Amino acid sequence: MENYLNLTATQARAALQKKEISATELTHAYIQAAEATKALNNYVCMTADKALEMAASSDKRIADGNAGPLEGLPIGVKDLFCTTGVETTACSAILKGFVPTYESTVTSQLWRDGAVMLGKLNCDEFAMGSANETSVFGPAVNPWSTDGGADLAAGGSSGGSASSVAAGSALMATGTDTGGSIRQPAAFCGVVGMKPTYGRCSRWGIVAFASSLDQAGPFTRDVADSALMFASMAGHDAKDSTSADAALPDLHAALQASVKGMKIGIPKEYVMEGMDEAITALWQQGQEWLVEAGAELVPISLPHTRYALPTYYIIAPAEASSNLARYDGVRYGARVEAGQSLDDMYEATRAAGFGDEVQRRIMIGTYALSAGYYDAYYLKAQQVRRLIKNDFDEAFEKVDAILTPATPSAAFPLGVKQDDPITMYLNDVFTVPANLAGIPGISVPAGYSDTGLPLGLQVLSGAFREDTLYKVAACLEKQAGFTGQPPRHALAAR
Amino acid sequence: MSNLVAGQTGEWEVVIGMEVHAQVTSEAKLFSGSSTTFGAGPNENVSLVDAAMPGMLPVINEACVRQAVKTGLGIKAEINLYSVFDRKNYFYADLPQGYQISQFKHPIVGEGVLTIELADGTTHDIGIERIHLEQDAGKSLHDQHPSKSYIDLNRSGVALMEIVSRPDLRSSEQAGAYIKKLRSILRYLGTCDGNMEEGSLRADVNVSVRRPGQALGTRTETKNLNSVRFIMQAIDYEVERQIEILENGGKIDQETRLFDTSTGTTRQMRSKEDAHDYRYFPDPDLLPLQLTQDFVEEIKAELPELPDEIKARMVSDYGLSSYDASVLTEERETAGFYEAASKGRDRKLVANWMSSELFGALNKAGKSLAESPVSPEGLGALVDLISDGTISGRIAKDVFAEMFETGRPASDIIEEKGLKQVSDSGAIEALIDQVLAENQDKVAEYRGGKDKLFGFFVGQTMKLSGGQANPGMVNQLLKDKLRG
Repeated sequence: MENYLNLTATQARAALQKKEISATELTHAYIQAAEATKALNNYVCMTADKALEMAASSDKRIADGNAGPLEGLPIGVKDLFCTTGVETTACSAILKGFVPTYESTVTSQLWRDGAVMLGKLNCDEFAMGSANETSVFGPAVNPWSTDGGADLAAGGSSGGSASSVAAGSALMATGTDTGGSIRQPAAFCGVVGMKPTYGRCSRWGIVAFASSLDQAGPFTRDVADSALMFASMAGHDAKDSTSADAALPDLHAALQASVKGMKIGIPKEYVMEGMDEAITALWQQGQEWLVEAGAELVPISLPHTRYALPTYYIIAPAEASSNLARYDGVRYGARVEAGQSLDDMYEATRAAGFGDEVQRRIMIGTYALSAGYYDAYYLKAQQVRRLIKNDFDEAFEKVDAILTPATPSAAFPLGVKQDDPITMYLNDVFTVPANLAGIPGISVPAGYSDTGLPLGLQVLSGAFREDTLYKVAACLEKQAGFTGQPPRHALAAR
Repeated sequence: MSNLVAGQTGEWEVVIGMEVHAQVTSEAKLFSGSSTTFGAGPNENVSLVDAAMPGMLPVINEACVRQAVKTGLGIKAEINLYSVFDRKNYFYADLPQGYQISQFKHPIVGEGVLTIELADGTTHDIGIERIHLEQDAGKSLHDQHPSKSYIDLNRSGVALMEIVSRPDLRSSEQAGAYIKKLRSILRYLGTCDGNMEEGSLRADVNVSVRRPGQALGTRTETKNLNSVRFIMQAIDYEVERQIEILENGGKIDQETRLFDTSTGTTRQMRSKEDAHDYRYFPDPDLLPLQLTQDFVEEIKAELPELPDEIKARMVSDYGLSSYDASVLTEERETAGFYEAASKGRDRKLVANWMSSELFGALNKAGKSLAESPVSPEGLGALVDLISDGTISGRIAKDVFAEMFETGRPASDIIEEKGLKQVSDSGAIEALIDQVLAENQDKVAEYRGGKDKLFGFFVGQTMKLSGGQANPGMVNQLLKDKLRG
């Protein structure tokens, strides 16, 4: 069974097909792994019985020759995805006890393709955070650590997703990325995290944070798995008006293709003062790998990059302030009865139900949309967002893909940045622009920090060109040969 | 300027603008597939989207867009091929999303015009500023439990058109005419059933007064008026209240007011200071609505003939009076009834019969035109029998009364009661001979120059015939005989 946890999804799939293992055995192994790594606080809700039931069905379909593309593969689900009959809280006190009667489009597509649901994964409350520290369940912990050091942040908001895939307690996991919530934790935990083009994956049934930025994507152990899982998650959905009706490019061919002759943009604005030297070195190394593989480097400029974070921190909170208005204690979730009036009940419910970071963003967003401030903040931010998108449009006229670091630092200890939201927000400096522009991005583990923690490189491509993204990512993966296993992996923990 | 209101200190001009909320006639809600049927049990017509469950997303219902465009074309308004849905944010228990999806900066319909006609025959063009689509809220029920409120979300998400007029109305009479005309057009178009009691059509009324020629005064908004009478009462009350305040040196507060239907007065609901900051912004769950000119043209081609056009045709082609044509075109059903009843007949005669006898009888019986026991064909047949001389107009009234009572065709009633008009000259001559023989003294007087007696002879002859003699023939034959 030990070997099972080291298989990639592609390998596990082959083993299942050849009946070397059964889906039930594989699922069992993952359930045990989740138990063994409980200290990492990755699962907020295990659905072991459901997982074993689904695995049994998978075994039957494999026996009948009706296996789907993800048949029998155990997957963890970020607690932002609504799952029928399984409590869905967005890791917020305000949704405690909420059990949806419906399944998100993305997860229902995974189950359609044969995947097995292990349970719900920890994340920042309503996906607002970069360290998974705003979760009402407490932070997910990074399975990586420096020798004898403190618990490290798994990153956020999809901390549980990244950590579980890295720790061997989920073969793959879903995440959502609004400003880097897939790519940053993936980089911190040494796994592959991909944010698709906005509109690729339906948002229907995913608890909304910022509607114009939110996008679901996969966490996997390697780039091929990422493409496999992404293909199941993507697709046009008439229930989401912002869902794109665009055919997927040939991802399989992309994984096999060479980067020879491709033009890779290196944006000068992504050099940050005070950035980890190891990260600068890794970025340099990544460029050399691509050149070795036959790609051509092109220096480019994305002049509005420095406005991306402030723009994001207007638009995302503004949308969130409105999206979170529905959590009012009237119809579902927690309610605090207080005072005599409806307003008293709202205030008590929302004060008790939302954590500090969520309240902070609701207030920022409310302010930005208020009469007299709208033009100066929200409208201005939308205009800058357009300029940022234009930067990328122009760049992609000259280059096929862009290479950047995924994060400005390696994983940091839990607790250290909690009191300083601004420093925390800086974590997303390299990832936020892709959300504002709606383009896809992927974080690939490619090296280590001085203290032996994983570091990621980010590849960005033009909208709907995930094939280009995977082509470059596969090349980096091959060249980097990142195979490290975290010290707190399920196999080590037992 | 007959619209000026006399105060203690001089004349005042009244300025009124209206925001009418018209429920779009559609099978499903604006952004969800839930049914819009009126009268369902509490919370029966509620989808996950309407209840704003986590992760639910709105999807525009094309049928509602069609209806809004149709309405815009019906008031000859500009159709905006590009429009945007915005969120209007506020908290209320019957607003599950915590925001209403509406249209703020870019409505689907732009400037249009609606022509009203008043009792004195004057017409006025009232500007329409815009029409936008928006979601209705649910309903809070405060009288079901001593300490709790109940919420019914059946209406939550139902499509409304907000039709905003320019401040072009100058009296409660004009406002009444405006809402009636608007209702009529909506019903002709089939875009709103216009049912005010069920809340399908309700109005917010903005009222201010000013000295003639001066700048606009401060206005108040009286919300949620659901009958023509209440609209007019609320305006009259507001005008009186505002003039009194101003003439006593006070000033009007810009505020939202509520109308009390039991007293016919308005009272403050919330002041300007308490006004919500709705924090409008484009709904990121919805793409801008982009229509093609072809889509608009397709709807234009489906437009029915509207009351103003029908009225003009009735006056020019049928020779009806403007008043009769107005009455007959107010409701689509009435115009349809009239067209069917009068086709290929004496148009004016049918119009007279409808506006006097039929409407009179319906009114008396408390019935609507749809419930009329006399069908258009039935009324048409009756008029035919008058035109071809089978019965006289006077007999026809009795026949009509019987038709209305029993629903039977005119011909059956005439046959059964033997009411057929006598047009046999021999038979009429015999009647005349008898009358003249019995009144020889009067014959002598008549021939002696007392012409007025002619009517007496006509009356006697008709009486003798039981009303069935053809009056024209009686006249002619009498003249001949008396000349005799």
